[in-house]
Amino acid sequence: MTMLATRLKRKLKGAMLKWLPGMLTCVQFEDFLIEYMEGDLPQRQRTVFEFHIRICRECREYMAAYKRTIEVTGRAYGNGAAPVPDEVPEDLVQAILAARRG
Amino acid sequence: MAQTSRTDETELIAGLRRGETRAFEMVVRQYGPRLLASGRRILRDQSLAEDCVQETFIKAFERLDGFEGRAKFGTWLHSIMVNQALMKLRKLRPDKHETIDDLMPQFDADSCRIEAPWSHLATPHEMLEEEQTRRLVQSHIEQLPETYCIVLQLRDIQEFNTETVSEMLNISQGAVKVRLHRARSALKTLLEPLLRGETMS
Ligand SMILES: [Zn+2]
Repeated sequence: MTMLATRLKRKLKGAMLKWLPGMLTCVQFEDFLIEYMEGDLPQRQRTVFEFHIRICRECREYMAAYKRTIEVTGRAYGNGAAPVPDEVPEDLVQAILAARRG
Repeated sequence: MAQTSRTDETELIAGLRRGETRAFEMVVRQYGPRLLASGRRILRDQSLAEDCVQETFIKAFERLDGFEGRAKFGTWLHSIMVNQALMKLRKLRPDKHETIDDLMPQFDADSCRIEAPWSHLATPHEMLEEEQTRRLVQSHIEQLPETYCIVLQLRDIQEFNTETVSEMLNISQGAVKVRLHRARSALKTLLEPLLRGETMS
């Protein structure tokens, strides 16, 4: 596709998303993304949001990479929550208590 | 570790307020392990984390009047620890990104997202199995400005919920979400060569 055709296609897409009812622009999609991920989006907005995922290649792929980033972050330092030791080292306990007595 | 019930907690705090040494010791033994584990995650260093926990308890004991009982005592302690850890991080990593504005997603004048097509999206396994790339992922996380790094730590790594994180950082839940989203977006941009499977060499 020529540069001009690509630009025209994007212009058309932008106009469609902006003016057709029940559509979100990509910028609006971005604003809703965190609420969607947190499960805080009301049903009606969620439907509109999910429709945008279906019709917009850019946002669909962006979101997949965004989700993958979250997964990778969660496992970057090993799996699951931090192992919690049963107790703190005794010398640390004593140091804290001694500091309080000052 | 067993969850402290609300009444145990209230009695313990009353003991602290009366200045009972036994109460101080119990608090350190009871809440210390979790604080230490979390501090070690944030600071990536055992002795720095121990210093941080020590400072946390000393600060907490000095500021007991500031504990209003709105949050759980453990969360309150954690918020002090996070602040201490942030101060240490600032000194530790001067090579951080100053701002993440240029790492945010891009849109054109018609509000359409600019996103190059993805032909490959690496799995977590692909990205983390090799020591070298895992280190690279970690350093990208750690080079985010502290306010963003910490929110990724607490939400996406240590998996506290938004409400708890908002209490720990003393900001609104809305602010936690905004920061979390910006942090994830920035990190996605930084990880993009790895995510796309473009080799470094
Ligand atoms: Zn879009």
